[in-house]
Amino acid sequence: MEFLSDIASLINSTLRISTPLVFAAMAGIFAERSGVIDFSLEGKMLMAAFVAAVGSYYLGNPWLGLLLAIIVCVCLSMLHGFASVTHKGDQVVSCVAINILIIGLTTALAAAWFGQAGLTPTLNEDQRFLEIHLPFADALRDIPVIGTLYSDILSGHYVFVYLAYLSVPLVFWVVFKTSFGLRLRAVGENPSAVDTAGINVFTMRYKALAINGVLIAFAGAHLSTAVNANFFREMSAGRGYLALAAMIFGKWHPKTALIACLLFGFTDALQIRLQGVELPAIGEIPVQLIQALPYILTVVLLAGFVGKAIAPNAIGQPYIKER
Amino acid sequence: MVSPILELTDINKSFGHVQANKNINLKINKGTIHGIIGENGAGKSTLMSIVFGLYQANSGSIKINGKEINLRSPRDSIINGIGMVHQHFMLVENFTVLENIILGFEGETVFGEKLQKAKEDLEKLCKTYNFNIDLDATISDLSVGFRQRVEILKSLYRGAEILILDEPTGVLTPQEVDELFKILRSLKDEGKTIVLITHKLIEIMDLTSEVSVMRQGEMVGHTKTEDTSKEQLAEMMVGRSVLLRVDKKEIKKGETIFKVNNLSVKDDLDVTRVKDVNLEICSGEILGIAGVTGNGQTELLEALSGIRKVESGSIELFGEKISDQNNFLNPRMLKEKGLAHVPEDRQRMGLISDFKAYENLIFGYHDQEPYSKSAILNNKEITEYSNKVMQEYDVRPNSPNLITSNFSGGNQQKIILSRELNENPKVLLVGQPTRGVDIGAIEFIHQRLIDMRDKGAAILLASVELDEILSLSDRIIVMFDGKIVGEKENKNVTDRELGLLMAGVA
Repeated sequence: MEFLSDIASLINSTLRISTPLVFAAMAGIFAERSGVIDFSLEGKMLMAAFVAAVGSYYLGNPWLGLLLAIIVCVCLSMLHGFASVTHKGDQVVSCVAINILIIGLTTALAAAWFGQAGLTPTLNEDQRFLEIHLPFADALRDIPVIGTLYSDILSGHYVFVYLAYLSVPLVFWVVFKTSFGLRLRAVGENPSAVDTAGINVFTMRYKALAINGVLIAFAGAHLSTAVNANFFREMSAGRGYLALAAMIFGKWHPKTALIACLLFGFTDALQIRLQGVELPAIGEIPVQLIQALPYILTVVLLAGFVGKAIAPNAIGQPYIKER
Repeated sequence: MVSPILELTDINKSFGHVQANKNINLKINKGTIHGIIGENGAGKSTLMSIVFGLYQANSGSIKINGKEINLRSPRDSIINGIGMVHQHFMLVENFTVLENIILGFEGETVFGEKLQKAKEDLEKLCKTYNFNIDLDATISDLSVGFRQRVEILKSLYRGAEILILDEPTGVLTPQEVDELFKILRSLKDEGKTIVLITHKLIEIMDLTSEVSVMRQGEMVGHTKTEDTSKEQLAEMMVGRSVLLRVDKKEIKKGETIFKVNNLSVKDDLDVTRVKDVNLEICSGEILGIAGVTGNGQTELLEALSGIRKVESGSIELFGEKISDQNNFLNPRMLKEKGLAHVPEDRQRMGLISDFKAYENLIFGYHDQEPYSKSAILNNKEITEYSNKVMQEYDVRPNSPNLITSNFSGGNQQKIILSRELNENPKVLLVGQPTRGVDIGAIEFIHQRLIDMRDKGAAILLASVELDEILSLSDRIIVMFDGKIVGEKENKNVTDRELGLLMAGVA
């Protein structure tokens, strides 16, 4: 029985840990399917975390904090678009600039407003998102298997966790079942074909980036107003990059990207679980090695374990219409 | 007098300092096939891109059916009944035919009814014009000829009354060209208007009823096709009289100096692209390789010139084995043995386009005297040589300090040719020597190749231009799917015969 509850809690934390990755990967799909590289997921996630925490603190409502984060992230995406779509700058450079800017900006603003470098005040219960307990969760707990599934795995998550997993079929639907999705995929493969079909390539890419901004804001808000009750320095901790990696070996596809995100979430959950645990025959694994697991997995997977990932054909190339 | 369906008045367009179109006037009558002919860079494509709304003219007016319209984007043109089949197809390769065609004209936010309706309409269209296209096929699985049909179908579906085709035959086999012309004629009979942009005189004579000639951004003449001749049109295009046939002396065949035995070669994706090829070339002979692009010619040339590994088989030069699967000589060693290579992709392999002309002219010899001494370049010597050779090869403009990418295709090719012919090679491998090269330069390049042959070089010429193969080669082999499927002496052989071999049906 203890074994079962161990598994349940492992799955539970996998779902929670994967949440920001899923949002970020979905955000990345929109940008990259339109042909714009988005390395700045990391920076935008960090900014969203900061803005959501500060917004909730001053406005007293986490939803308003989230709204602010969305606005700011969309603006950042537009900035990326302005540099790399309108002015045809190098997309990677633009992203790196955004990432560096935000690491400094969040630290400095926190210092200016709250007197602590890179730390915002702790949010009270009204100012943050709380875990949602599904109806009858307590009553059903004792039913074997189904009870565990419902009460310990499905119930008791923050709102973002549910939203993240709902976003995946939604993204799939938009990308593959709507005319917007068709144009989005086309513009990342062959922008000339889109242009000659009478659709504005630049507008399409800006629209994709706007959606990207909205989605990534959720990831940041999850970090600072749900699982944590404040913002701290560099709290995104490479999740943006990890999500990008997940998206790449998910082959820019929402379903497979989700699986990759869950895999990362799982290794992370596992490493937390394994710390200090004596394994039979092996003994205690050094903490550093365990913590490196998700990253080792990234490298191994990227090294071709999942087959060749074929990027959208026109990715990274600014669209130049006239010679 | 019928009023023209399309009328352009005083169209001007410049890109930076280059004026691509100067005061162009053009009238196109309804229900005709109208040819627009001119050399590469004459401004034909620019003009038609303006009509298609892709570029905006700096000044001038466009009228359709007598009504002046303002074309701000391709959408405006499409709504006004203009369709265009571009030289490089505007298709998303990993989309299906259907997806490509409805792109931008989906008619609904979420796919459903309209998609079904589009499918039915398209099936009807396919039947009407005998297109024989599977709407659910992925573009990347289709042959070039079929992709072109998809482009035509796309324009028709979007309601084109005027169909512009930009160099439509460049990538087709003769049989595919026949098919295309059949389609175009039946479209004309349906009352559609066709504008054919080309630099091939024979297509103009074959297909069109009227023709307009462009030269250096200007419209230099209009005429009814029946009132003109190929020679006259060529003269209008180039601005001087042009020799359309190559003058070639009787072959003086020497001994075999280059030999390929059972050669197989793989490409980068590990697919065998050259399969068990045998060939030999004698001195004083031009051996032409005909074939549709992508049937192994590229990989064959690369293997022969020492830039691609040989899978099996061997290559002999003067009876000495130079390559087999275990070892091969690199291009530099081959060069020293008298083998030169004019690669088919000149931008990617023949030149460093960001370098200045003089740097490209000596590249590969740059570390040899007199161009350098003790690892230091001798600029005086290089400049002198460059000036001399650029004059000799009529490279325009004659300025060694100009960045290579600023030269036209023909002049870039002359730069490569001068470098490769410089040392009087015994064996010359040439790929697509006149791709994207204007008529004047073609004449020059062909003459140089003939001169080399008369001097006793063995030349291997791979080209997708059948006319070029037929006018230069002494012997012709045809490649299909990596194999040599036919060999002919170049006497009384017709392009029809070769075409059948190229298509792999004979």
